[in-house]
Amino acid sequence: MRAATARFMSGSMRGFKRLALGLCLIAGGAWAEPARVVSINLCTDQLAMMLADPGQLVAVSHLARDRRSSTMVAQAKAYSITYGRAEEVFLKAPDLVLAGTYTTQATVDLLQGLGVEVALLAPPSSLADVGDNLREVGRLLGHPARGEAMAAAFEADLAALRADVVRRPRAALYYANGYTGGDRSLAGEILVAAGFANVAAEVDLTDAGRLPLEQLIQAAPDTVITGRPYPGNSRAEEILAHPALDGLRRGGAVTDADWVCGTPHVLRAIAGLADERRALEAE
Amino acid sequence: MTQPLLLGLLAILVAALFAASLLIGPAALGLVESLSALVAGGPEGDAVTLIMREVRLPRAVLGLLIGAALGLAGAAMQGFLRNPLAEPGLIGTSGSAALGAVIALQTGLAGAHVLALPGLALLGALISVALILAIAGPRGGSLTLILAGIAVSAFAGALTSLVLNLSPNPFAASEIVFWMLGSLTDRSMVHVWIAAPFILLGGLVLLGLGRGLDALTLGEDAAAALGVDLSRLRLWLIFGTAAMVGGATAVAGAIGFVGLVVPHILRPLVGARPSALLPASALGGAAMILAADIAVRIIAPDRDLKLGVLTALIGAPFFLHLIWRMRRQLA
Repeated sequence: MRAATARFMSGSMRGFKRLALGLCLIAGGAWAEPARVVSINLCTDQLAMMLADPGQLVAVSHLARDRRSSTMVAQAKAYSITYGRAEEVFLKAPDLVLAGTYTTQATVDLLQGLGVEVALLAPPSSLADVGDNLREVGRLLGHPARGEAMAAAFEADLAALRADVVRRPRAALYYANGYTGGDRSLAGEILVAAGFANVAAEVDLTDAGRLPLEQLIQAAPDTVITGRPYPGNSRAEEILAHPALDGLRRGGAVTDADWVCGTPHVLRAIAGLADERRALEAE
Repeated sequence: MTQPLLLGLLAILVAALFAASLLIGPAALGLVESLSALVAGGPEGDAVTLIMREVRLPRAVLGLLIGAALGLAGAAMQGFLRNPLAEPGLIGTSGSAALGAVIALQTGLAGAHVLALPGLALLGALISVALILAIAGPRGGSLTLILAGIAVSAFAGALTSLVLNLSPNPFAASEIVFWMLGSLTDRSMVHVWIAAPFILLGGLVLLGLGRGLDALTLGEDAAAALGVDLSRLRLWLIFGTAAMVGGATAVAGAIGFVGLVVPHILRPLVGARPSALLPASALGGAAMILAADIAVRIIAPDRDLKLGVLTALIGAPFFLHLIWRMRRQLA
């Protein structure tokens, strides 16, 4: 009986807390500044590290310390990490959890069931999304002006970087399992911003999808940009070492951590790739 | 049907399927264009030549070799155990070879030495065949054979999953499916050179066992009286099947049921003589894998459908049919 009452009480407290948060949202047009924030997604990790007040962000995901996918490994060492499991996240007593829309649904449901506020951010599929995500995370952390300023700076830098190119060399993105990125993906937009034309468009691939090796060879791109293989072995990545691909790859362009998330660091990826293009044209 | 006629017909079928395998793919190439690129070659870096020589040729050659390996290994095992249910996939040989291959790849041994990948696959297969023969040798009976096979398969499969789950490579864990079902997508000439020596060597060994296996159909005592050295026959059989299945599995994963279905169809046509069944099963296996690999490309061109899915769809009903016929013996 007492247990039931307690459960009821905690349930109604949870409802009250949600209501309070909702009211704040309506009143201020923004979240009240959450005191303890935990991020469990690589991309929200990096955006939160850029925008949070000192002490506001409590923990990031373990991937934030992985050099292959994170651009902010050194900064991430200042925070404790979680592996994104509901139990360890809950024990950090967060006011707000930042997660990606592809975070395991069961984890998100469990956290919400425990009364934790979870904000879901869609991974960016375009360069325009980068600015939007900066604004969104700024707003969620209670620093909308900071988010707006960073987004505006990003957009100005991007506009300055966008190259006016007369003849665009044809490039293909090629990842494990023969996947490629089309014009409507973040990597595809990085490619175009750096002054390349994407070969995927020629075979009617607009989003991400599988491009058979045969079709890639047939398209004969000026260069192929591949991912950097992970340690250990996988059959998925063996295709990147296929002898038929050797002749197509020119220069040393690879997609690295700068390409993974929609943070202002994509500007570095664009600048590096534009250098690659100029070197290719000088040949 | 006389043996030369049957082998001739099978060879024509295999040749036709091999040609079809070379001509079917996602890049729409003309018939004359692709064949001349394959044989004569174009200028340096010509796309059609690259596609034909580096993408389609290794795929077709591997289909041929791996099919032959699985068909021949199945026929030889069935001849030795005098049991139509013995098959590399069902008794865990392929699964153990896959475990050896996965260990070679994930420990980095495969990168350190070119022979490590097929060598460890061979070792895995060797251990499992020896184990199965020790448990369910000539006097073990079908039930012992199948039960021991289930145990070995499950054990090898679990260890394969474990090794792949522990890999630092994020793609490795999703490749459990490949190692359990097999595929020939995007294999290169490198893979042909890895697998071919082992498969050819094992093939020579197994084809040489025909007379001994023929004698064994009369019973062990009669075979011994005819001058067959049974323990030597057993050793060669273990080595031959392990080399063939190891080489095949190291590059294409475990493909099941080929060694069950093919000898089963061909046995009535050769008069149930193992020496005649061996070469026929090699050709039949090659035809089955080439046909299955063409089918996966036509049914779902953008999906990388696994070969083992198709062979199991055909093979599992066959297996049930065999059990149905043998159920009195099994009971």
